[in-house]
Amino acid sequence: MLKNYFKIAIAVLRRRKFFTFISLFGISFTLTILMVLTAFIDKVIGDNYPDKKRDRLLYVNRIEQKGKDNMTSGTLSYYFLSHYTGMMKTPVKVAISSGFNGTNTYVNNKKIAVSYKYTNAEFWDVMDYDFTEGKPFNKQEVDNADHVAIISEDMKRQYFGDVGPVVGKYIEADNVNYRVLGVVKNVPVTSYMFFSDIYLPYTVSKADYKSKSYGGGYMGVLLAASKDDVPKMQAEYENLMKRVPVESKDYQHLYSHANSFFRSYVDTGNEASSGVFIVVTAISIFVFIFMLLPTLNLVNINITRIMERSSEIGVRKAFGASSKTLVYQFIVENLILTLLGGIIGTLLSVIALWAINNADLIANLQLSINFTVLFIALLACLIFGFLSGVYPAWRMSKLNVVTALKAQ
Amino acid sequence: MIRLQNIEKVYRTDTIETLALNSISLDIAKGEFLSIMGPSGCGKSTLLNIMGLLDAPSKGMIKIADKSTENLNDKQLAQFRNKTLGFIFQSYHLINDLQVLDNVELPLLYRDTTAKERKRLATEALEKVGLANRVKHFPTQLSGGQRQRVAIARAIVGRPDIILADEPTGNLDSAMGNEIMEILINLNRNEGTTIVMVTHDENMAQKTHRLVRLFDGSQVQ
Repeated sequence: MLKNYFKIAIAVLRRRKFFTFISLFGISFTLTILMVLTAFIDKVIGDNYPDKKRDRLLYVNRIEQKGKDNMTSGTLSYYFLSHYTGMMKTPVKVAISSGFNGTNTYVNNKKIAVSYKYTNAEFWDVMDYDFTEGKPFNKQEVDNADHVAIISEDMKRQYFGDVGPVVGKYIEADNVNYRVLGVVKNVPVTSYMFFSDIYLPYTVSKADYKSKSYGGGYMGVLLAASKDDVPKMQAEYENLMKRVPVESKDYQHLYSHANSFFRSYVDTGNEASSGVFIVVTAISIFVFIFMLLPTLNLVNINITRIMERSSEIGVRKAFGASSKTLVYQFIVENLILTLLGGIIGTLLSVIALWAINNADLIANLQLSINFTVLFIALLACLIFGFLSGVYPAWRMSKLNVVTALKAQ
Repeated sequence: MIRLQNIEKVYRTDTIETLALNSISLDIAKGEFLSIMGPSGCGKSTLLNIMGLLDAPSKGMIKIADKSTENLNDKQLAQFRNKTLGFIFQSYHLINDLQVLDNVELPLLYRDTTAKERKRLATEALEKVGLANRVKHFPTQLSGGQRQRVAIARAIVGRPDIILADEPTGNLDSAMGNEIMEILINLNRNEGTTIVMVTHDENMAQKTHRLVRLFDGSQVQ
C-alpha cells in the first residue's frame, strides 16, 4: 500500500513540476531559515565554552535602582561585586570581569580592531578557557597591576602572524604594552560575558575600579561547591540584596539577581515582567507565523491538486477506498513531499551555515548543524506535512463519487 | 442478485426539482447479463450508480446479494463495493500516473492481501484480457481498446459477483467494441459473473440475456 502511495506521490510531483517547485521551495527555504536560526540560538544558549561548569554557576550582570521619579539600570561596579559577594559564604569563587571594550592597535602600519576586557584572578579558576599555550595571570600579578595579558588564538594570528609560541612577547593595546602570559581558544562574541581578544588584570584599568558607586562595567559569576548548593547560593544573594542600602535618597528599591545562564541572558532587568517569558513568547510567535505561511501556501496548492485528481479519487472510492483511507493516502503523499523539502532544506542549511561561518559575519562564531537542530527541522517537516495535508485530504474525502468521476 | 424496489432519484436545486428515476423496480438474477438502454438523460447511468452504491436513491430499497444496503456507513459501503462489485466506465478512468499492473492491483490495495498475491492476481486478470505483455506500460501508452481491457482486468481482479459497466464500448470503434463485448460475455458465461451494462448500442444489447429500456426516468420495457 505504502509503495503504491509512494509511486503515485512521486508521479504527481513529477507531473506538476511548477507546483512541486513552489511547494519544495516554500518548505526548504523556511526550513533553512529556521535551522540557521535554531543553530544560532543553540550556539548562543547551548554552547558552554568557557563557562563549562554552568550547573554550578550563577550570573550577576545587572543592578537596578528605582525611585519615584528615578531609575537606573545596568551592569555593576567592581566594588559592588567584590564587596558584597565577598560577604557571601556559599560561593567558593567569584569571577569578576568587565564587558569587552574596543580599541585599535597597529601591526606593521596595519590597523587591527581589538577588544579587551578586565578580569580578576579567580575568573580563570571559575571559567574553563582552553589554553593552547601559557597560563592565566594569578592573584599576585593582579595585585601588582602587572602589565600582563591573555590573548585569543585569533588575536595571536592577527597580531603576531602564523608563528610558534608567543608567551613572553609583548602586545600593544590602548598605547600600553602587555606581556603575553597565555593564549586561549576563541570565544564567539555571542557569549558576550566572556568574549574578548585580550584579557587584562582589572587593576591595570584606567577607569576607577575602586569607585564605590554601584553601577559600573562589570559582571560577576558565582561558583558553588556543588550543583546542590546553587539554590542556596541564589537565596543567599537574594537575601543579601534585601539588606544592601540604596545608593541615594533618589531611590527606594534596589534589585539585583544571581540568575541561571539562560535567565541572565534574556533578563530585561524589568522587575515587573520576566525576560524569559518575553523571549520565549517572542520566539514562539515568530516561529509559528514563519511556519504558518508556507503551510497555508501548501494547503492552497494541495486543494488545487485535489481538483485535478478527482477522477482518481472517484475510482479509488468506487473500488473500495473509504474516506479515511483516502485521507491517510493524501497525508502520506504530503509527508513524502515535505520530507523531500526537509532533505533539500537540510542541504541548503548546511550550505547556508558554511557560508555564514566563512563570511565571518560574527567574530569567532562557528555555527554547525547538530542533532537538536536536525530534530527540530524534522519535527517541523512532519508538522508541515500533517497540517498542510489534513484539511485538503478531508475535503477530498468528502467528494461525492459520481461528481468526482464526472470531473474527468 | 440485485433487487431494486420503487427506486426514486430526485435532484433538487433552489428552483428546480428533477425526477431522474421514477419508481424503478428490478430483479436481476445471479449470473444474468442485463443491458439497460434509453436516450441520453433518461437515467441509465443514475440507475447504474445507485446499483453500484456510488449514489444513494431518494426513495426505495436496494438489496444486493441478499443484503440490504441502506444502513451501511462509509467504511462498510467501501468494503461492500470492494468485495462484491466491479466497475467499468466509458472513459476507462485509469490512473495515468500508475503502470498497468498497479492500476489493476488497485481494488486489492483495500483488502488484506500481500504484495506478492496482488501481483499474481493482477497478472492473472491481465492474462484473461490478453494484456499480460503490457504490465509495465502506462495507460497513455495504450490504445482505447487496450485501456478498456485494463479497466476490465481491474474490475475482475477482486473476483466480484457483479460487474457494472457504464457504456464500456461507447468510446471504441465497432471492432474494438466487439472485442470488449466478447470478453464480457465470456466472463459471464465462464465465471458466472452477473453483469449489468448500460449501452446505446442495440447490437451490443441484443447479445445480453435481457434488455431494460428507460425513458424519462421510468422503465418502459
